[in-house]
Amino acid sequence: MTAHRLAKNSIALTGGAIVGLYLIVILVSLFWLPFNPVSMDTKNVLSAPSLATGHLFGTDEFGRDILSRIMKGCSVSLIISISATALGAMVGTFMGIWAGYLGGRWDHWIMRVADVLFSFPSLLLAIFVMAILGEKTYNVVLAIGIVYIPQFARISRGAILTIKSNEFVRAARSSGAGSGYILFRHLLPNILVPLIVQVSLSLSVAILLESSLSFLGLGVQPPAPSWGNMLSGARKVMVIAPWTAIYPGLAIVLLVLGFNLLGDGLRDILDPRLRNVR
Amino acid sequence: MGRYIAKRFLSLIPVLLGVSIIVFFLVRLIPGSALEMYMGTQVEATPQQMEELKRIFGEDKPVPVLYVQWLGRILQGDFGYSLRTGRPVLPDIVSRLPLSLEITLLALFLALLIGIPQGILASLRKNPVGDAVNRVIGLLGLSLPQFWLASLIVLAFSGVRGWIPMGNYIKFTVNPLQNLRMLILPSFAIGVGLAAVIMRYTRNSMLEVLQMEYVRTARAKGLKRRVVIFRHALKNAILPVITVAGFNTGYLLGGAIVIEEVFALPGMGRLALYAIYQRDYPVIQGIVLVIATLFVIVNLITDLLYALVDPRIRLEDSERQA
Repeated sequence: MTAHRLAKNSIALTGGAIVGLYLIVILVSLFWLPFNPVSMDTKNVLSAPSLATGHLFGTDEFGRDILSRIMKGCSVSLIISISATALGAMVGTFMGIWAGYLGGRWDHWIMRVADVLFSFPSLLLAIFVMAILGEKTYNVVLAIGIVYIPQFARISRGAILTIKSNEFVRAARSSGAGSGYILFRHLLPNILVPLIVQVSLSLSVAILLESSLSFLGLGVQPPAPSWGNMLSGARKVMVIAPWTAIYPGLAIVLLVLGFNLLGDGLRDILDPRLRNVR
Repeated sequence: MGRYIAKRFLSLIPVLLGVSIIVFFLVRLIPGSALEMYMGTQVEATPQQMEELKRIFGEDKPVPVLYVQWLGRILQGDFGYSLRTGRPVLPDIVSRLPLSLEITLLALFLALLIGIPQGILASLRKNPVGDAVNRVIGLLGLSLPQFWLASLIVLAFSGVRGWIPMGNYIKFTVNPLQNLRMLILPSFAIGVGLAAVIMRYTRNSMLEVLQMEYVRTARAKGLKRRVVIFRHALKNAILPVITVAGFNTGYLLGGAIVIEEVFALPGMGRLALYAIYQRDYPVIQGIVLVIATLFVIVNLITDLLYALVDPRIRLEDSERQA
């Protein structure tokens, strides 16, 4: 059923295809890159994109091949975004489902913590955490993950609240099932739909957050290539060499758009309430 | 309504307390105390001298006591002193706040100006192809990194004088027109994402309302299409749009931090970044506190506005209490 609807939903399919394209690029980049992404070439500084030199997207201010750096940057961006989303989703969902299931004082305190985390604009919270922890790649994961905790907590709590008074939960309890068992075996599978949609949308925002942090010099540190720090380097030279700013930015936009299309399409497919609205 | 507002304001207190606890304790996590940072590396101090210094700076007490003392000073408007310039933190923040707020509000205004008419148009011309195009445009707006869009704008306008404020920012009070001309492009870069969101919300909300019976009645009465759309439909459809715009204003403020750097605007964001680069923790602490407080207040105002326009919200709330 779901597979059939997926095939019919061109939005989700397009998104999936774009994300798939990036996965292929990552696979290829593991074995082959046009040039070494970190080796400098003083003879080819800021050369324009051309077939003759082999630098299809041109070179940057150190003569490094931009296409190679974008390809290498794919895995950097995706690994950070996926880890951060996984971290935020696991911790947040865990907090949210317990809060929703237990109710009462637990619910109150867990959600107050989420409220406090919600009181910071997400980019500011990520910047603040990076400023405290220091500019290491694994700290980027932590910083973005923390941003996501309250979002997943709220969504999963809300979803649990709507289903926890159902018959099947009472049936499970009366047949002697423990809280943990009910929560993870009966309730969690029933709230996966909103969580999956949120994961896809979160991945898109994570890529934007990571590139913003790296752009500000607070994320992935040079010479390791990341789309954000490439754009940061391009700022000084983009007026004479616009390709240094254009291609890494396009790489970000396309992948983020891919995740957004995927998430948006999945919401149509998976959420029956929305199916007939459009 | 008065009681409702008072209650909502009181509910801010625990949240802001939580924010202050996070800001205070996170900064304490930093390896090497602020005191050592203040001393720098040139000066060698014996352990006894360090103890003496700690006593002078009041750092020799247990952490919870330090927190309460710190909070007390914050509430009196004493945000401490910059480790780099030695100047009090709060006046520096306050002097840069208006620019950041101006960009934020201008971005919000642009987002509404672009998003609402586009959303209405999209809801009126409903067909499969147009819907798909609208959707992709909306998602594309969400996918543009603000700082990249800003860079492209700088690139495109680098030859045009007066639009890009490169280091020669003019205050609103000095020359409002030139000031607005300089801020319109940065605000656009921040607001585009929200414009896309507003467009989608307006469209969906309009579609929902246009199906309502009272709209059909109005049409059946023979009212002009324009009157039905603007008087009857839009008035109700706009409610959720206002909420979304309000809740996103805080995010615009976050975006201003990055955009100010790209356009070299001397706002709060730039102050924050330099403080971070220089590890100037009292300044960072102060800015994060100020922005989080603004963010919480903006969200509350959005809530209150919504309750003001839609009495059902207030009723629901008091019923839940009963």
